[in-house]
Amino acid sequence: MTQRIQDTFTHSRTTGEPCFIAYLCAGDPDFDTSLELCRILVEEGVGLLELGIPFSDPLADGLTNQLAAQRALANGMTADRSFQLVREIRKFAPDLPIIFYTYYNLVFARGEKEYVRLAAEAGLDGLLTLDLPPEEADSLVAACQEQDLANVFIVAPTTPPERYALIGKKASGFIYYVSREGVTGERKDLPTNIAESVQNIRQAIDLPVAVGFGISTRPQFEQVGQVADGVVVGSALVNCIARNEGQPEKMKEALRAKARELLGK
Amino acid sequence: MSSLLFPSSETDGPRFQHPDVTGRFGPYGGMFVPETLVTPLLDLEKAYREVREDPAFQDELALLLKEYAGRPTELYFAERLTKQLGGAKVYFKREDLLHTGAHKINNALGQALLAKRMGKKRIIAETGAGQHGIATASVCAKLGLECVIYMGAEDMRRQSLNVYRMRLCGAEVKGVESGQKTLKEAINEAMRDWVTNVRSTHYILGSALGSHPYPMIVRDFHRVIGRETRAQILEKEGRLPDELVACVGGGSNAIGFFFAFLDDPQVRLTGVEAGGRGIEKGEHAARFEGGKLGILQGCKTYILQNEEGQIDLTHSVSAGLDYAAVGPEHAFYRDQNRIHFASASDEKALHAFRECARVEGIIPALESSHGFAYAIERAKELSSDKILIVNMSGRGDKDVQEAARVMGEL
Ligand SMILES: Cc1ncc(COP(=O)(O)O)c(C=O)c1O
Repeated sequence: MTQRIQDTFTHSRTTGEPCFIAYLCAGDPDFDTSLELCRILVEEGVGLLELGIPFSDPLADGLTNQLAAQRALANGMTADRSFQLVREIRKFAPDLPIIFYTYYNLVFARGEKEYVRLAAEAGLDGLLTLDLPPEEADSLVAACQEQDLANVFIVAPTTPPERYALIGKKASGFIYYVSREGVTGERKDLPTNIAESVQNIRQAIDLPVAVGFGISTRPQFEQVGQVADGVVVGSALVNCIARNEGQPEKMKEALRAKARELLGK
Repeated sequence: MSSLLFPSSETDGPRFQHPDVTGRFGPYGGMFVPETLVTPLLDLEKAYREVREDPAFQDELALLLKEYAGRPTELYFAERLTKQLGGAKVYFKREDLLHTGAHKINNALGQALLAKRMGKKRIIAETGAGQHGIATASVCAKLGLECVIYMGAEDMRRQSLNVYRMRLCGAEVKGVESGQKTLKEAINEAMRDWVTNVRSTHYILGSALGSHPYPMIVRDFHRVIGRETRAQILEKEGRLPDELVACVGGGSNAIGFFFAFLDDPQVRLTGVEAGGRGIEKGEHAARFEGGKLGILQGCKTYILQNEEGQIDLTHSVSAGLDYAAVGPEHAFYRDQNRIHFASASDEKALHAFRECARVEGIIPALESSHGFAYAIERAKELSSDKILIVNMSGRGDKDVQEAARVMGEL
C-alpha cells in the first residue's frame, strides 16, 4: 500500500527526524534469523524496511550484499519465501512500510502481474527494481498501480535534470537518490553536493527523497538527514550479520546496537 | 577506404532498423541497467552514431584494421577436408589469422577509437577465452590507454597463456572469484567497475550482448567479416554460398559474419552453441535448447535459468562459449527463421579441433571448433555442388594445453 509509505514520511516530517530506511537481504542468513533481525529493526523504530531479494548475479551490489545474497540463496530463499517473510513481519508490524529491492529477472520470471499480485497480497508496499529504468518500466508500473504498490525509482549523480520529469512520471512512494556512482557498500566519506542534488530533485519531483549508498555512521546519518527525507542504511547493517556468521545471538545484538547508534539513542 | 566498413547509404537499409530507438530487436534487447548507467549508455550511443557517419573515423579504423590487425583475412578453400568429407565444398573465413588470434580485435579497435573520441582514458573489459582481453590489451597498448581486464579465475586457469599475453601488453588482469568464476561473473565485475568509474572509463564489451547500444556497436564493428566473405566468395566461385556456419557465445563473430547475407534467403545461416556434456541443467550453454526469455546483464534474451529466475550454471570446454545468455539479435532472427541454431558437444568440438589440425594443418580455437564440428557433419549431407563457409573465429594456440589435458594427453 502506498499509504503506509506516505504516512511514514509524513510522520518524519512532523517530528523533524529523517525516516530511517533499513536494508537487509531477505533470508540472510536464513529465513528464521532474518525474520528475527527484522523484528529487532522494528523494535528499534525503523521507518521503512527495504528487503533485498537475493539474485544469483547482483551486478549493482558490492561484496557485502553479494555475500548476503549467497547466504540467503544457499539457505533456500525463494520468491515465495520472500512473500512469506513479509506476511510474518506484518503480524508484528502492521503499519511498517516494506519494499523489495530486486533485480528485474526475478519479477519477470514469475510474470509481472502475478508477482505484483502475490507481493501485494503478502502485504508489501512497493518495489524498487534496480535494473529497470523508467524507459523499460511501463508494464510493471501499470501492474503495480493496479495493486496499489509503489514503484520507487533511483536518481543517480549521472542522471541529468532532463530525466527528472520522466522518472517523476513513473515513480511513486519516494525517490531513492544514490549519492554516488558505484556499487552498494560502506564508505568512509560522503560526497559533498548531496544537499544541492536533493534540492534539485525535490523541485522537479513531488515525492519524498531518500538518500543512500554507503551511509554507515551516526554523523553521516545526521548529515544526510538534515537535507533528505529518508536515510538508507544497507551494508552497515548487513555487516552485522556477516561479521557474526554462525552466531545468531551476536548478529541480533550487533544489529540492535547499530540501529541504536544510527538513531542516536 | 571507408566503404570497407559502413557506406552510409547502407546504414539506412531495412536491416538497420534493428535495434529500434528503444534498443530493441523485436522483443529482445533493451536497456535493463541501473539508473547510474542509463545516461552514459545514451551518451555512448550518441557518440557511436556520430562516428558511424564520420569518414575520418572510418578511415582511421580501416587503416588500423589493415595495418595493425591484418585485414582483409583470407577466404580459404579447405581442399583436403572437402575431399575427405565427400560432400559440399568447405571454405574457412580465416579470422584466426588476425593479430592477437581472433575476430575480437575488430571490435576492440573500433571501441577503443570511439573511447578516445569520447575522451575516456581508462578502458575496462571482460574476457572469457582471453581473446577479447588480449585484443583489448593490445589495442590499449598501441593507443596509450590504461587497461583493466576482468576474467573469471577458472578461465584464467584454462586460458593461462592469454593471461600472460595481456600482462605483457601492460594490462592489469583482475581475477574474479565469485559464482562459477567464468565469463558471466567477469561481466558482473566489469559492470561494477564501470558503475563506479563511469566518468573516466569506457567499458569495451566483447560480444554482441548486454545493454543497448552494445549489441549494435559490436555487430557493426564485426560486419566487416561478412562483407569481405561476400566479395571473396563471389570472386572465387561467382556465386553466393549455400550455408554459413559460426559458433555462438554471445554472438559477435556469428552476427558479423551473417549480417551481409541476411537478405539472401538462399544462404542458410547456422549458429552453433556449446552442447557441453549434454543438454541437461548445468551441463551446457545452449541457450536456445534449454533457456527461456529473461533479463541478464542489461539485455532481454534467451537465458539459462531456473523457475525463480536465478541464472543457471553453464558448462563448455570452451571458455568463450560458456555463458548463460545469447545476443538479442540472434534471438530475433531465430524467431524469423532466418538464423538456425544447432549445438555441438565438448566431445564433438574436441574431435573437430583435432581433425582440422590433422587434415588442414590449421588449429582452430575451441570456440570455432564447435562451428567446425557442425560443418563436418553438415558437409557430408550436402552434394558436391554446394558451398559451405565456416567462420574460423580464432586460432587454437591458447587451447592446446587445455585440450591436451582434457583429452588426457598431458
Ligand atoms: C575465437 C573465439 N570465437 C568465438 C568466441 C565467442 O564469442 P562470440 O559469440 O561473441 O563470437 C570467442 C570468445 O571468447 C572466441 O575467443
